[in-house]
Amino acid sequence: MTEATALTGRSKDRNVRSILFLVALWFSLFFGVMVLAVLIIDTAIEGSSRFDAALLTEYASRVRPESTGFRAGILGTVWLMGVTAVLAVPLGIAAAVYFEEFADNRRWYNRVLEVNLQNLAAVPAIVYGLLAVAVMAVLGFSETGTALGGGLALALLILPVIVITTREALRAVPDDIRQGSLALGATVWQTTWRQTLPSSVPGIATGTILGLSRAIGEAAPLIVVGLAGSLRFDPTGVMSPITALPMQIYSLTSQSQEDLRVAASAGIIVLLVMVLSLNALAIVIRNKFQRSW
Amino acid sequence: MSTSSATVAGSPPPGAGSSGDINLSKKPRPAESAIKVLLATCALLSALISVGIVAALIDPVIDFFGQVPFGDYFALEGEYGVLPLINATMITTIIALLVAVPLGLGAAMYLSEYASPRARRILKPTVELLAGVPSVVYGFFALAFVTPTLLQDILSLDVGFTNMLAAGLILGVMVIPTIASLAEDSLSAVPMAMRQGSLAMGANRMQTTVRVVFPAALSGIAAAIVLGMSRAIGETMIVTLAAGNIKNFTLDPRDGAQTMTGFIANTAGGENPVGSVDYNMLFAVGMTLFLITLVINMVSIFIVRRYRQAY
Repeated sequence: MTEATALTGRSKDRNVRSILFLVALWFSLFFGVMVLAVLIIDTAIEGSSRFDAALLTEYASRVRPESTGFRAGILGTVWLMGVTAVLAVPLGIAAAVYFEEFADNRRWYNRVLEVNLQNLAAVPAIVYGLLAVAVMAVLGFSETGTALGGGLALALLILPVIVITTREALRAVPDDIRQGSLALGATVWQTTWRQTLPSSVPGIATGTILGLSRAIGEAAPLIVVGLAGSLRFDPTGVMSPITALPMQIYSLTSQSQEDLRVAASAGIIVLLVMVLSLNALAIVIRNKFQRSW
Repeated sequence: MSTSSATVAGSPPPGAGSSGDINLSKKPRPAESAIKVLLATCALLSALISVGIVAALIDPVIDFFGQVPFGDYFALEGEYGVLPLINATMITTIIALLVAVPLGLGAAMYLSEYASPRARRILKPTVELLAGVPSVVYGFFALAFVTPTLLQDILSLDVGFTNMLAAGLILGVMVIPTIASLAEDSLSAVPMAMRQGSLAMGANRMQTTVRVVFPAALSGIAAAIVLGMSRAIGETMIVTLAAGNIKNFTLDPRDGAQTMTGFIANTAGGENPVGSVDYNMLFAVGMTLFLITLVINMVSIFIVRRYRQAY
């Protein structure tokens, strides 16, 4: 028996109960992955006959369901991402910088703001849809289902996520670096802009990408904002009515035609490829570029 | 922003730091203050979202209760009764927690107590990947695979096309990463000395995990479960697709029943003129949902603050 095994207690693991316990832990760990595997394989088989170019380049069509496509949804999702990122990312990073670098956390109002933010991160997505409807009405936009309305709902949804992850990234930068900069005569903002923010870019990027990948897959707030289930034209601007990939999939699930259900499966694979590759990108950035001091 | 910082850095006003004055924090720095105000505005704006939610919901809710008496809203039956919706939400959430709590905690214990650092670096993102799957995809899966293939064919249960069981099970799968990830954080935060003490007394890894590390991390684990619960309550697409959209007061999970979120999605997707009773009820249910999750989240934050053991 080596010293290392004695230290971890591994040598005493050899009785039935601990082995069963370990098996149960293994099972819990891989249960979710198994479900995901079944989900992907089942959906891919179902949709396999529709992995063609028409899936990406054609508009939705009930007349010719065998060649219906997700062109409007994919373009709509891209537009939504753009609007969401423009609205949420600068605001979220600025708010996080204030909380971490400028705010005095002993003040009661800063603590209230912090608790409030934790709360917002757990508010149901669909409630943000209701909020976006009200904000659009206050701002005087009467059209529903626009890229701006949908992007606003998604931006509100991911803003707390971006603030919280950015704060964590900023907190990971050691205070020595800030103090070194301040000691050389830099102001708080100069320290933040030239030292703290550049060092925390990988963490901020990871959080932002994860937030955006969550926004891509959301359909609930988009239903409330009134996005169409399918359209037959490309988006032309932020005020243009759009649809989105998850919205198109949602509207297809209620169709009874076999061809349309197959198309829904194929569309799900397209959506999963988009979302999971964004997630993978975030993980790569986290593992490759995150500095540890 | 970079230009403003450059001007501050590049040209300190000559004579500003004159000989007697060495208290630099008193030195007026207009650009610096402007930036601070700007950032504080952003922080306030993001915090104002919750005020915005209440403000957005309150008007239609007041209108709604002007049109429909309280008793008709908090009723088991009738067009405006909300209790069947709350009941369905509770049943799907309980099923989800029955799936997600054991599996999420099991995964967390493995990652924190058994996995080598290298294995954890690979396994943790894999579990977190489950959280990245869009909920409409999970909903479609529940509808197209779990109900017909798993429940009806393999387990030969007598379930309808839409049912709360399939929705709850998949909801549970969706919540696993939330619980696993947060519980793993709090298990990992338990100091090594406590494990070593337990192992030195002759305990094995299972005993150490279950009797020492788990109780020590209990507050964080409770918070993780509560947060998972609030996720399950607020999730929309899975229950809209798989649990059905007919209001139904039943305790049998094999039946279909509409949840609160399912009601909002269905009503909002329909054509209800602004100001109509149905349109206003949308916001009343939204407000109910918001308040329920708010209370749950506050409980979670309170648990962490109150019972966190500082090591």
